[in-house]
Amino acid sequence: MAGVTAYSPSADIELRPAQREPWWVRFLLIGGALLVLTVLLLLPLLTVFAEALRRGWEIYVAALSEPDAKSALKLTITVAAIVVPLNVIFGLAAAWLVTRFNFRGKSLLVTLIDLPFAVSPVVAGLIYVLLFGAHGWFGPWLQAHDIKIIFATPGLILATIFITFPFVARELIPVMQSQGSDAEHAALTLGASGWQTFWRVTLPNVKWGLFYGIILCNARAMGEFGAVSVVSGHLRGVTNTLPLHIEILYNEYQFAASFAVASLLALLALVTLIAKSFLENRLES
Amino acid sequence: MAGRTTRRVLPGFGLSLGITLFALSAIVLVPLSAVVLKSAGLGWGGFWNAVTGPRALAAFRVSFSTSFWAALFDVFAGLLIAWVLVRYRFPGRRFFDSIVDLPFALPTAVAGISLTAIYAKNGWLGSHLYAWGIQSAFSPLGISIALAFIGLPFVVRSVQPVLADLEPEVEEASASLGAGRWTTFRRIILPDLTPALLTGFTMAFARALGEYGSVVFISGNMPMKTEILPLLIITQLEQFQYAQATALGTAMLALSFVFLFMINQLQRWSLARRGAV
Repeated sequence: MAGVTAYSPSADIELRPAQREPWWVRFLLIGGALLVLTVLLLLPLLTVFAEALRRGWEIYVAALSEPDAKSALKLTITVAAIVVPLNVIFGLAAAWLVTRFNFRGKSLLVTLIDLPFAVSPVVAGLIYVLLFGAHGWFGPWLQAHDIKIIFATPGLILATIFITFPFVARELIPVMQSQGSDAEHAALTLGASGWQTFWRVTLPNVKWGLFYGIILCNARAMGEFGAVSVVSGHLRGVTNTLPLHIEILYNEYQFAASFAVASLLALLALVTLIAKSFLENRLES
Repeated sequence: MAGRTTRRVLPGFGLSLGITLFALSAIVLVPLSAVVLKSAGLGWGGFWNAVTGPRALAAFRVSFSTSFWAALFDVFAGLLIAWVLVRYRFPGRRFFDSIVDLPFALPTAVAGISLTAIYAKNGWLGSHLYAWGIQSAFSPLGISIALAFIGLPFVVRSVQPVLADLEPEVEEASASLGAGRWTTFRRIILPDLTPALLTGFTMAFARALGEYGSVVFISGNMPMKTEILPLLIITQLEQFQYAQATALGTAMLALSFVFLFMINQLQRWSLARRGAV
């Protein structure tokens, strides 16, 4: 869909003599590239853990077991547990629709699915404030019926769904495209029902692609900051997710505690990266 | 496609169409059109005043210039990294290849406080840079550093597959005609990579314009100096200046559409170019 053929880092490319550079050029280029990767990417990751543990293990544990941190963790997991399954249902439906049928406006549909990638997280939060906030379109109606969306969990969920909307669909579409629908046609010809075909043929075939999408979607859902920041209202212990809790601690100059909470999310990022390269190997084979 | 009568043998067209259109409308299209309609309510004059106020203009300038320099840095660094990862074999290559995705996986707030700790006056790198008279945090440079972090994978990941697909024969032909490696790179390889580099640049730039979490800590947030557009929107919302926030949000949304369109066109160009090779 993105028009990029799968690139596999494990594939060995044979360089012919005419494609080789002198050893010192290679040496300099590799050195330069690794320097950028180390300073720009690796150093921030390591700094999180170094700063988190700088004041010692006890402060670290205390920062994580404090009630506000616990409620932030709980809220983050709750939001992800609602957002990810909804995006899985949407992603499967969208991928099935786009890869199994031809219809007018298909490429427009694919572009629209990608749209949230291009929208600033802050704007994503803003649109829900304008709809459901106290001064928003539905604001007075919601207040009259005592329903809270903005500055409450539903707002966090909506903003997070918006941000992660394309993640599952975008990973599934190329996988389902490349697999084609021969297996499904065969199953239907042999008398399977539509749902049987979906559960027993389609889903097992795309399971690695689906996991891949789920992992990316989950990482973004748990780590989202900008969009959530706009709709949350920063009510401590009530609408603070982990990233927002990090911000509050940081602004209160509780740096060690802030980095301690950040280290949880950095661990999540590491797990995501490891799972990602594992799944990429699976998808290649 | 329209003229051919393809029998829809596979079931589920209606159901998947229904779910997709419902989710897309409820989550994306209706809310987005709400913001556009709301800002249309301001009238053209009100909209124009909101996006051309001195503070808004300063925020546009800060956002555009810092995003531009960050994306430009990413083009050079990303090309170097993609080249090394695709062409050379060295210990730890797979590890460094997966690290490239770190900015996608690391929550932006985490990146933000970490980069601030590194580049602040008493930070690991900041202390050296400040000694040289370079203010690396709470300055436009600091914003660009955070945005370069966020945008790097876009360039690396769009260049890598194109680089891996290049035909070795072209380089051999170039060498046999007497060109050195540098000439071959400049005249033969670089033109083939240009669409991918431009795609990566545009993606990094578009992402940088909208970025908030990684910037807000390192920028210092001084109005007129280091205040980026997304931050100005949040400030206005907190001060209940909904009209201004809406107008700026709509302007950013329009920019997003422009960039989305550009990226689509660039990718099409990239594909056509690779198909032709």
